[in-house]
Amino acid sequence: MAVTETFDKKKHDEGGATYLERTPRRLVTLYLPLAIFVIVLLFPFYWMTITALKPDNQLTDYDHYSPFWVVKPTLDHIRYLLFETSYLPWLWNTIVISVAATFLSIFAAVLAAYAIERLRFTGSRQVGLGIFLAYLVPPSILFIPLAFMVFKLGLYDSKWALILTYPTFLIPFCTWLLMGYFRSIPYELEECALIDGATRLQILVKIILPLSVPGLISASIFAFTLSWNEFIYALTFIQSSENKTVPVGVLTELVRSDVYEWGALMAGALFGSLPVVILYSFFVDYYVSSMTGAVKE
Amino acid sequence: MASTLTTDAAGPMRTGGLSRLLENRNVLGGLFLLPAAVILLLFLTYPLGLGVWLGFTDTQIGRSGIFIGLENYEYLWSDSVFWLSVFNTVLYTVAASALKFALGLWLALILNERLPFKAFFRAIVLLPWVVPTVLSAIAFWWIYDAQFSILSWSLIKLGIIDTPINFLGDPNLARASVIAANVWRGIPFVAITLLAGLQTIPPSLYEAAMLDGANSWQRLRHVTLPMLTPIIAVVMTFSVLFTFTDFQLIYVLTRGGPVNATHLMATLSFQRAIPGGHLGEGAAIAIAMIPFLLAAILFSYFGLQRRKWQQGGRD
Repeated sequence: MAVTETFDKKKHDEGGATYLERTPRRLVTLYLPLAIFVIVLLFPFYWMTITALKPDNQLTDYDHYSPFWVVKPTLDHIRYLLFETSYLPWLWNTIVISVAATFLSIFAAVLAAYAIERLRFTGSRQVGLGIFLAYLVPPSILFIPLAFMVFKLGLYDSKWALILTYPTFLIPFCTWLLMGYFRSIPYELEECALIDGATRLQILVKIILPLSVPGLISASIFAFTLSWNEFIYALTFIQSSENKTVPVGVLTELVRSDVYEWGALMAGALFGSLPVVILYSFFVDYYVSSMTGAVKE
Repeated sequence: MASTLTTDAAGPMRTGGLSRLLENRNVLGGLFLLPAAVILLLFLTYPLGLGVWLGFTDTQIGRSGIFIGLENYEYLWSDSVFWLSVFNTVLYTVAASALKFALGLWLALILNERLPFKAFFRAIVLLPWVVPTVLSAIAFWWIYDAQFSILSWSLIKLGIIDTPINFLGDPNLARASVIAANVWRGIPFVAITLLAGLQTIPPSLYEAAMLDGANSWQRLRHVTLPMLTPIIAVVMTFSVLFTFTDFQLIYVLTRGGPVNATHLMATLSFQRAIPGGHLGEGAAIAIAMIPFLLAAILFSYFGLQRRKWQQGGRD
């Protein structure tokens, strides 16, 4: 205890005057609540994982086996999920749709953000405001008219229905985020290039984009995650099993009214979450900066 | 060189008409905006108008409708299920947002302290927000199971209750359960964004307040909260917006049941429009959400106004 306290006093610069608080007090006011928060926030993932690995006889038999642990874990549920359901096609659909929607959105957003932020054409401020307002339009208001349109356009039950509609919430977000990044790039660089005779497109591709790689990564990661997680459009516009995305497939095909296969369901939830979690773990800082950036701007 | 940037007539250009046209900022701006504008106008602005129009028609799936004026709205006005869904939505939004704010701020304050493995903690608390809502909701469905709920089991083992809790079967318990699941998912977003705001507050303000004898509660009340107000306004507006229009969690956990006790406006709108086939009526319910959303946006706007004033009128 004493050692930590002297150590604390030496390092007091970061948190202002917090070094005045003693360790036992910090234990109750800080570490205990933090531990509770972490346990509550992570428990569903633990429960998901452990259920996915439990053999059927342990799944609901809490009297003979401790529910919090698994004796003789099994991969049966995962094997069933991967090879006896359409899970792999769903995973593939989700990847294709998310990647395509992300690319389309980033492409449109880069051009739009550059135009609004740097070309300063007449009415660019109003367009910027419009983009922000578009971000505030929630999918749960749009899905009915969009379903109507998707049907009329003959896109019903195809990947294109989702690839074309996901950008409605991705473009506003990405544009807004990239506008912030472009704003931080000095004008002088562009002026030099203009003098050297570069066109605006060349400036965008050769100067602005290389300088805003972190912003592009943030926007892409976030857009990809949002498309991966999207549910209401995918539920409404897709009907046939082989075209479904993971969230919709797991919910509509693995849940049968008579008996819940909790093991397979949890395995489906786990495997559907893993790709975004892995992506997230590689780019935590980008993810956080895009989340806070979108709010702060 | 500045004149090239600031004036439209880009000086004596040797190149031809086309490239001069492409140097014009309005023409070029329009071209650059084209992809985004086409997608947004076609799949966002137009559907928004179409939704308003559908709300005035009796369109059903597979049958185009005719204009029926306010009939959908008149029907909804006398529909007790619709009013129940409005009540549920407001309750859900207010309760969940208040809890998310309180707990999120608390978590943000904890993470703002000097901690070992701070970056690690910050990364893992965000997980609930990263994974697809539907998939974590399925986990909650299992946690809330009427027979095999791990929560019920633990509480029985601890001797607090005797019989399993029917989390999703009883109207009020179901409301509390879906709110809890929503709060679980929303805390990380509030906490991490508020944490970003907290990190911009200069420590010297706290030191000054301590020298004046302020205790930790007074420092929170008179230093942290006023400094954080602008970002709180924005974060909570987003949070309210997402919560108010929530669909996924309810759809997975209860589908609006038991006896419509957890139907939100979004789920009711889906239920009437897609499985029910009444697109017009569903659209009317969705349009009825807009006034509430506008209120939230105005709230955000005034929150931002306050920021300008606090920073001495800077844009």
